[in-house]
Amino acid sequence: MEKTWNNKAWFMVLPVLVLVAFSAVIPLMTVVNYSVQDTFGNNAFFWAGTDWFLDVLESDRFWDALTRNLIFSAIILAIEIPLGIVIALNMPKRGIGVPICLVLMALPLLIPWNVVGTIWQVFGRVDIGLLGHTVTALGIDYNYVQNPIDAWVTLIIMDVWHWTSLVVLLCYAGLVSIPDAYYQAAKIDGASRWSVFRYIQLPKMKRVLLIAFLLRFMDSFMIYTEPFVVTGGGPGNSTTFLSVDLVKMAIGEFNLGPAAALSIIYFLIILLLSWIFYTVMTTSDAQG
Amino acid sequence: MMTNKQPLSQRLSWLVPTIYIVFLLLPIYWLVNMSFKETSEILGAFSLWPENPTLRNYRVIFTDPSWYSGYINSIIYVVLNTVISVTVALPAAYAFSRYRFLGDKHLFFWLLTNRMAPPAVFALPFFQLYSAFGLIDTHIAVAIAHCLFNVPLAVWILEGFMSGVPKEIDETAYIDGYSFPRFFARIFVPLIASGIGVAAFFCFMFSWVELLLARTLTTTDAKPIAATMTRTVSASGLDWGVLAAAGVLTIIPGALVIYFVRNYIAKGFALGRV
Repeated sequence: MEKTWNNKAWFMVLPVLVLVAFSAVIPLMTVVNYSVQDTFGNNAFFWAGTDWFLDVLESDRFWDALTRNLIFSAIILAIEIPLGIVIALNMPKRGIGVPICLVLMALPLLIPWNVVGTIWQVFGRVDIGLLGHTVTALGIDYNYVQNPIDAWVTLIIMDVWHWTSLVVLLCYAGLVSIPDAYYQAAKIDGASRWSVFRYIQLPKMKRVLLIAFLLRFMDSFMIYTEPFVVTGGGPGNSTTFLSVDLVKMAIGEFNLGPAAALSIIYFLIILLLSWIFYTVMTTSDAQG
Repeated sequence: MMTNKQPLSQRLSWLVPTIYIVFLLLPIYWLVNMSFKETSEILGAFSLWPENPTLRNYRVIFTDPSWYSGYINSIIYVVLNTVISVTVALPAAYAFSRYRFLGDKHLFFWLLTNRMAPPAVFALPFFQLYSAFGLIDTHIAVAIAHCLFNVPLAVWILEGFMSGVPKEIDETAYIDGYSFPRFFARIFVPLIASGIGVAAFFCFMFSWVELLLARTLTTTDAKPIAATMTRTVSASGLDWGVLAAAGVLTIIPGALVIYFVRNYIAKGFALGRV
């Protein structure tokens, strides 16, 4: 759409600016402030320069948490994206099945995150949970409280349970926009199921898949509530992701300097990701 | 070969979503199942359905102030936040969808970074900022804090919907002598009513599900249900039945409106870009 140049539009944006400045800019400035200063208490601060940043960047704790985050994101993307595509391809296109599928599949997306954590904490317990009980009955040694691998498996299944529907719904939105004529043409040409997918459905889903990929990556990169509730970052540090570690550092240990430096580094990573997201969104908007 | 294989795979295609839905519903069923059991039954015998169904857990929640006040607190700040977010986002979204102005693209991007920012980064500064204003443990503090991600969300979603309304409608209305506020309230808002509904729903949802900031900014008076639940988790000798019932009750707001927003869920999560 052709937009007219009008700087008075600023007045319409002003309320948003003021509000977001109060809830984002001022707090962020506080963080910047802490990240370059040190204190011995009594609110007496002195300049620490880049010390905290070097501390954080040289600490194993940061790199370990970051590595865990990246591995976690990689695993859940590798599972959720293909799984979401397969389910979306097999969803009914019309009839009573459509609303039933949509409603039931959307259900996990609308459950509060801490309740998702609670559900899986209970569900996976060996003594009272259906999953834990069944798996143990099958003779598999499973205990997410003590075994790091089991904790990871639990968190990954939980995330797949929680978020695959988002990928499904996005892909489905892309699929239903394909006109029937495309499929009829493919049928006349005698195209195989695979070439229909490869040359008709996949290109039409490209944009929504990109959105799904970026959203899932970013949200899994910030994951906090679910691991906090299910494992509390344990056993040991095995499920301590960046967010969990940051809150532990800032609110638990009240370690302001390093926590602030870590926040800034974390925020810069997110900024880069957002920029990729934005570029993708606006260029594909322009293409129609 | 080909003619046999094709119908078979199509006839069986309903299996895939069905299996997936069963997988989705099992953990939820388990929670509902637990919520109708006495804690002794939960910890005692392992059973797939409640043998002595009881409403005791729900009765505890509806009679114990430390439980039901959690729901009331959550609802207060969530509604406050939804109203604030949508109200300020409406004119801003209109500006972004209709006009070009100095720094518009940067501003639009900056809003997005706030939606994407990890709340963990903001937990500590929020705590200090709101302490300085004496706002800790008030509903408005949480409502404003949640604007951090909900205002950008509402702006992006509304902008997506508004861009779908042809600009000729605005121009015709102005030629017909409508002033801007009258045009906006009488013609434009009804046109994007579904968009406003979707934006409000997602603001409600994201504020309802958020735990970290809500827990950091409250202690007792405005403590949300999410925090009440985690407190119970960490306490010893916890009441699993009541916890399950509390969980079931938090799912209900989403489950109630899910049918009406079913076609917009993908759009909402994708910030109005699908």
